[in-house]
Amino acid sequence: MISCKNLTKIYKNGEVETIALNNVSFEIAKGEFVSIIGPSGSGKSTLMHILGALDNPTSGEYFLDNREVSKLNDDELSELRKNKIGFIFQSFNLLPRTTVLRNVILPLLYTKTTSQERLLRAKECLRYAGMEENKFQNLSNQLSGGQMQRVAIARALINNPAIILADEPTGNLDTKTSQIVMEALQELNKKGHTIILITHEMDVANYAKRIIYIRDGSIEKDSMII
Amino acid sequence: MFLDLFKETLWSLSGNKVRSGLTILGIVIGIASVIALVAIGQGAQNSIAKNIEAIGSNLIMVNPGAQRVGGVSQGGGSAQSLTIEDADAIKNEIENVKSVAPAITKRSQITARSNNTNTQIIGTTADYLIVRSVTIDSGSFFSDQQMKTSAKVAVIGPTTRDDLFGLDADPVGQTIRINKMDFQIIGMTVAKGGSGFNNQDDIVYIPLTTARHYLSGNEYLNNIGIAATDQDSMAIVQQQISDLLLARHKISDPANADFNIMNQNDILATATSITGTFTILLSSIAGISLLVGGIGIMNMMLTTVTERTREIGLRKAVGIRKIYINLQFLAEAVVLTFLGGFIGIILGWITSLTVTHFISTLTTSISLSSILLAFGVSAGVGIIFGFYPARRAANLSPIEALRYE
Repeated sequence: MISCKNLTKIYKNGEVETIALNNVSFEIAKGEFVSIIGPSGSGKSTLMHILGALDNPTSGEYFLDNREVSKLNDDELSELRKNKIGFIFQSFNLLPRTTVLRNVILPLLYTKTTSQERLLRAKECLRYAGMEENKFQNLSNQLSGGQMQRVAIARALINNPAIILADEPTGNLDTKTSQIVMEALQELNKKGHTIILITHEMDVANYAKRIIYIRDGSIEKDSMII
Repeated sequence: MFLDLFKETLWSLSGNKVRSGLTILGIVIGIASVIALVAIGQGAQNSIAKNIEAIGSNLIMVNPGAQRVGGVSQGGGSAQSLTIEDADAIKNEIENVKSVAPAITKRSQITARSNNTNTQIIGTTADYLIVRSVTIDSGSFFSDQQMKTSAKVAVIGPTTRDDLFGLDADPVGQTIRINKMDFQIIGMTVAKGGSGFNNQDDIVYIPLTTARHYLSGNEYLNNIGIAATDQDSMAIVQQQISDLLLARHKISDPANADFNIMNQNDILATATSITGTFTILLSSIAGISLLVGGIGIMNMMLTTVTERTREIGLRKAVGIRKIYINLQFLAEAVVLTFLGGFIGIILGWITSLTVTHFISTLTTSISLSSILLAFGVSAGVGIIFGFYPARRAANLSPIEALRYE
């Protein structure tokens, strides 16, 4: 489902060129749970941005469901993100002073769905992500970290995306909450979602079935966990 | 789609009430102050023009020139150069003169019973009514007989009546004291309007002969008012008066004339230029408030950029197209500026009407151009600074926008 060939990303800052990704190639099949692990500056975030259709590689090819993503324009990328990818961010990125439900509905705006459908799906996803029913009308800034991440998970699920990309989803959470969030992701994987997790913590990475180790812009090791 | 846009806009604005409120307030103040100040300026201009027109129609005024003592000018009107004979000569020798009203004027304290007031006393002839468009409300003006006998009779203006006898009292038959002499009131004039120093209703008319005997003690006049027969003959009549008076006063060089001639149009032009300056002053104040309002709007719009850039990044990340993000922010800016503009126009309007209501002599006039200007500037500033940063943010990659500090 995901196929990367010789992905290279070079950042230019004036005269200085930084190679963030250097000839990275790998494939991820449908239903996998992959952790991409590496120290900071290893290029894992850059890889995640490319996989999430948020950024284009300098060279190389990225196929998502047999479509070459690196050739799409801004609007096509938006459509792709909307239909195929759900994001979970380290800093949650919820709309401030906005109800839980509105936050979850956000990706459905400007699509051909009725507000009833949207509400129904949002509630379904929130329950699925383990959010308590009585918090649905709370404002996003009244929630705890764990609750915010659940809202973010529900938001990632609402378009029923092929891939869920989680960028350090436990980075701002304590150990206990991290565990709950990771178990929730595992649960989603069991239900058939493809999950790609970016992290620098081995404990977190171990929830996955496969770990790609990345260092200095290259894949160091790609191993399955049995 | 458009329902979503509409809902998002309303939700975003109502979700940030303080932000929206302050932005609207900036717009409201800018627009309301421009409209109100320009309306007051225009109103002042109109009311002064109206006052001047009320002085009389086709009026030419001759005033004495400046008296010179050892080469030092004592100021216009100080010279004793105009006489009754001059007035008679103007009336008899110049064509197209309808009426001539010589006048002796003096400010004096007058009393009636226990009340007193300081007012303008004008000694003049019956022709004054024609020259200055004065009409009698009750009683009558002086007769020729009273003029000949220097009778101690007076006609008063309505403001003077109010001051001395109270509102709506009938002053005819009452007695007032001027300069320790009793005058009997024989009439009252109709109100002409005007205010303050130029109040043509705060006035006491007495016969010219009486004024000469008891007030001035000499034969000189303070001014001569001449009514030309029509507008077209004003210029020629004015020239002829000038020539006649120069000849009578034996002055060969017009530059040395011991009198000034002004016609109503000159007065109007002078006053208009004064009120024009006044309007410019008010307009600049209004302009500054508009600028300050504009900076306020700009400030509000720009300070929210950080938070909103992240919001834009998020919207893009979850797959909302750039066009919808742009449209939403444009719609927000438009709604804010139009709402603020609308309230501002209403508030400016109410302010203008309130001023008219409380200051009876000033009828403010709201000009369309001030509304358009104020609204245009605020809307422009609001839309540009509301939309432009958002547009820029929407063009960033979602990652850059999400990380924006």
